[in-house]
Amino acid sequence: MERYYQPEIERASREQIKAWQDERLVKQVRHVWDNVPYYRKKMEEKGLTPDDIRSSDDLRKLPFITKADLREAYPYGLVAKPLKECVRIQSTSGTTGKRVVAFYTQHDIDLWEDCCARAIMAAGGTDEDVCQVSYGYGLFTGGPGLNGGSHKVGCLTIPTSSGNTERQIMFIRDLSATILCCTPSYAAYIGETMKEMGLTPDQIPLKAGIFGAEAWSEEMRQDIQNTLGIKAYDIYGLTELSGPGVSFECSAQTGMHINEDHFIAEIIDPDTGEVLPEGAQGELVFTSITKEAFPLLRYRTRDICALTREACPCGRTHVKMSKPKGRTDDMLIIRGVNVFPSQIETVLLNHGYAANYQIIVDRVKSTDTLDVQVEMTPEMFNDNMGEINRRQKELVDGLRSMLGITAKVTLVAPKSIVRSEGKAVRVIDKRKI
Amino acid sequence: MSVKQISVFLENKPGSLHAMTGVLARNQIDMRAFSLAETSDFGIARVIVDDVYKTATVLREAGFVNNVTPVLGVAIPDVPGGLNKVLQALTDAQVNVEYMYAFLGGKDVDHAYMIFRVEDNASASAALSAQGIKTVEQEEIDKL
Repeated sequence: MERYYQPEIERASREQIKAWQDERLVKQVRHVWDNVPYYRKKMEEKGLTPDDIRSSDDLRKLPFITKADLREAYPYGLVAKPLKECVRIQSTSGTTGKRVVAFYTQHDIDLWEDCCARAIMAAGGTDEDVCQVSYGYGLFTGGPGLNGGSHKVGCLTIPTSSGNTERQIMFIRDLSATILCCTPSYAAYIGETMKEMGLTPDQIPLKAGIFGAEAWSEEMRQDIQNTLGIKAYDIYGLTELSGPGVSFECSAQTGMHINEDHFIAEIIDPDTGEVLPEGAQGELVFTSITKEAFPLLRYRTRDICALTREACPCGRTHVKMSKPKGRTDDMLIIRGVNVFPSQIETVLLNHGYAANYQIIVDRVKSTDTLDVQVEMTPEMFNDNMGEINRRQKELVDGLRSMLGITAKVTLVAPKSIVRSEGKAVRVIDKRKI
Repeated sequence: MSVKQISVFLENKPGSLHAMTGVLARNQIDMRAFSLAETSDFGIARVIVDDVYKTATVLREAGFVNNVTPVLGVAIPDVPGGLNKVLQALTDAQVNVEYMYAFLGGKDVDHAYMIFRVEDNASASAALSAQGIKTVEQEEIDKL
């Protein structure tokens, strides 16, 4: 039975959703015009005033905002409420440059936690569940967001934060946690550790997992589901917009429903900025229409995906986004070819290897080299060198047909690739050094 | 009819073989035979030991991927033509040898021992015994 946190919103008619978006966008544009000089200047440069935005159909008139704007306006330049009305900041990890600091009023936090509560209930959560939040707590939005959502659903919440894997497993077992929230790479590591302890999926009390904050492949989902004996749900979000819960998966597992009463999504051509029709792959752009303290209009996420409004068997009417292949930040350009780490992960798992890998990119004599290091597993090992070489060659062929370029495959010892408790470090690009 | 060989995955870098022999030494495991196959990136160490179960377990616990494969152990008289006679029997029976390696038997100075990795241990063993060549059992190896 499908469960909803806010069924009247999650199953609203498309007309109702459009009406909310029209009204809230107009109000939001007025709000930033009045309170954020940075936005007013950007709009004035395009010859726009709030009167030009009469409905969500006028959204495309507005200028984009990018990570560069966020850096330029750091720290207070985009804050739209007096600081005395703000109650919290959260911040990005800052891996792709200067940290982004986002501000929240109590109302913003309340709506963000609603979004996370919707995700937990879509994963089957109720007030009978025990929800272990193994995302980091602190500046990172993962822990605080799911923690708040779990409270709203009424789950018994275990705020373990990330790390100390043995303690994570102790709590899962001793307190019979039924829902696990963390990054997919950490879920895989917890699963690997439980397997080593001799635990079979039916001995693990978990029934669902809500995993996000990094790109992961469908194959990795299957792997985690089998190891932990759970259903694994994807969740998506950005600190810039609130945090996890901008969109989330339902039982159909065919894309993530965007909370359209809070965010308007567009897909654009990343080169021209032109808005693309439904179904087209392109860069995802979000406008937060209910955010008070840190509203963003047409924020370019650099995530590549597609949108669909096809009816979903779960009954939700909100638009679905496909699993992003990865941020354009994560994309590697190797010998002129675009390569996403998630594509490499797909090939590895399809060939029977585990998702413990590292991608080393280097430049030798002005040619880019791609070395995929993957751990040997008991299943893939053989006493016969010829057999291992044959499997290694199959993997190289599989990578070539997926990526269009030749990669070297290096088999390394088990556990030699460092396990991640948060976002996994998949790529080491030595070319930048 | 067969001997149990443990094969171990090793990275081809300084110290990785030593890490493995360290595990064996700390656990008082006695090696009967040892062979190494390698590529530029990794190697496979193949060992015959006195306690197969214990060895496989301690290696796994120490993080070494390994597996146990039944291989043929053959006692070969230490005289000219000894190996040739064994290979003749296998050739006549159309048995392909994937790899092989030799080791000397403990106090028995009259025989050398060889390990043969073949597709089908039973038919290879039958071909050898038809020519009066005896294969050795794990128990015999344990006693060496």
